[in-house]
Amino acid sequence: MDKKIFIEPLFKNNPVSVLVLGICSALAVTVKLEPALVMALSVTIVLGFSEVIISLIRNTIPNRIRIIVQLVVVAMLVILVDQILKAFAYEVSKQLSVFVGLIITNCIIMGRIEAFALGNKPLPAFVDGIANGLGYGIILVVVAFFRELFGSGTLLGYQIVPATWYIKNGGFYENNGLFILPPMALILVGVFIWVQRSIQKELIEKQ
Amino acid sequence: MQDLVSLFVKSIFVDNMVFAYFLGMCSYLAVSKNIKTAVGLGLAVIFVLGVTLPANYLLNKYILSPGALVWLNPDYASVDLSFLSFIIFIAVIASIVQIVEMVVEKFTPGLYSSLGIFLPLIAVNCAILGGSLFMQERGYETLAEATVFGLGSGLGWFLAIVALAAIREKISYSNVPAPLRGLGITFIVVGLMGIAFMSFMGIKL
Repeated sequence: MDKKIFIEPLFKNNPVSVLVLGICSALAVTVKLEPALVMALSVTIVLGFSEVIISLIRNTIPNRIRIIVQLVVVAMLVILVDQILKAFAYEVSKQLSVFVGLIITNCIIMGRIEAFALGNKPLPAFVDGIANGLGYGIILVVVAFFRELFGSGTLLGYQIVPATWYIKNGGFYENNGLFILPPMALILVGVFIWVQRSIQKELIEKQ
Repeated sequence: MQDLVSLFVKSIFVDNMVFAYFLGMCSYLAVSKNIKTAVGLGLAVIFVLGVTLPANYLLNKYILSPGALVWLNPDYASVDLSFLSFIIFIAVIASIVQIVEMVVEKFTPGLYSSLGIFLPLIAVNCAILGGSLFMQERGYETLAEATVFGLGSGLGWFLAIVALAAIREKISYSNVPAPLRGLGITFIVVGLMGIAFMSFMGIKL
């Protein structure tokens, strides 16, 4: 099997920063690292399995109603993930609130099913799903890392910035509240795209 | 009445779908290159949100929420179907979008040709499903509240996409650093617009 299917979505053909898919949830769940990791894992699982299922039944779906069939398959998997999260990770599932449900309309899923699963065998489709989920996860983790580190001074809930640095303890440091607010996620993704395109010159858009 | 007005203003500015929750981002970034198409998509979103939210509200109230089936038979008070809400909501949205598309095509061909390609796209716009899920999570109590919330969030999305399209039309004349051109600068512009919209946050209505 072609190794490219797995390697390319991770950075070179990343679903978020290159294909512009799945932005909504990538931005909303990245205030802290923990929900970002859970979200990335959920999307990877849903994406992998929905691509396998669609790929298995791809020759029997009538073309006209394929969107609804795809939505039903994805919605079923998302309900499973949501119930599992509610049972075993209730706190995180509260933090993610509606965004678990919104995996259904996450454009990465519909985009990859349309672009890949409908035309390929189950195994490559599964690999493509997992790789795109991981590529999405990389962006989430990078954004959440900076937002949690600068916004709260912690990582995964552990204090990273020494407590004695803070002004209230007689130091010089203060958390940057702007990083916790929603707009900073957009600016961080913008900077990520800037860095990526400085490395991969062929992605630069023509004026 | 006053509650409805404040809910309307709140859902346009304070809880703006784009700047506070990042919903509908994919089509927001993809279709905001010029004002005309942005207006078309924005109108379609207002319309679909205004129709699907009341529909999903009724489904949620009389079928899905815990104990909602009492009107059928008092014995069903312990039935909780809320785990089905994702699949029901998305089915309602997909079918309403389909119906709206057919009705618009039949009665107003002019509007259809200008909205044409956007209507099917809206079924997978997360602002629409997000609206229904927020309605369920926040527990709006009357049909009027749900409808007003739908129209208000649609209008907020419309304002956001038209404003971004206007800025992008201007920015195409500027000399942006090459790697930042196109997508990169758009993200940063949306971020700055979000900071501007945060000035509404302190307002209590």
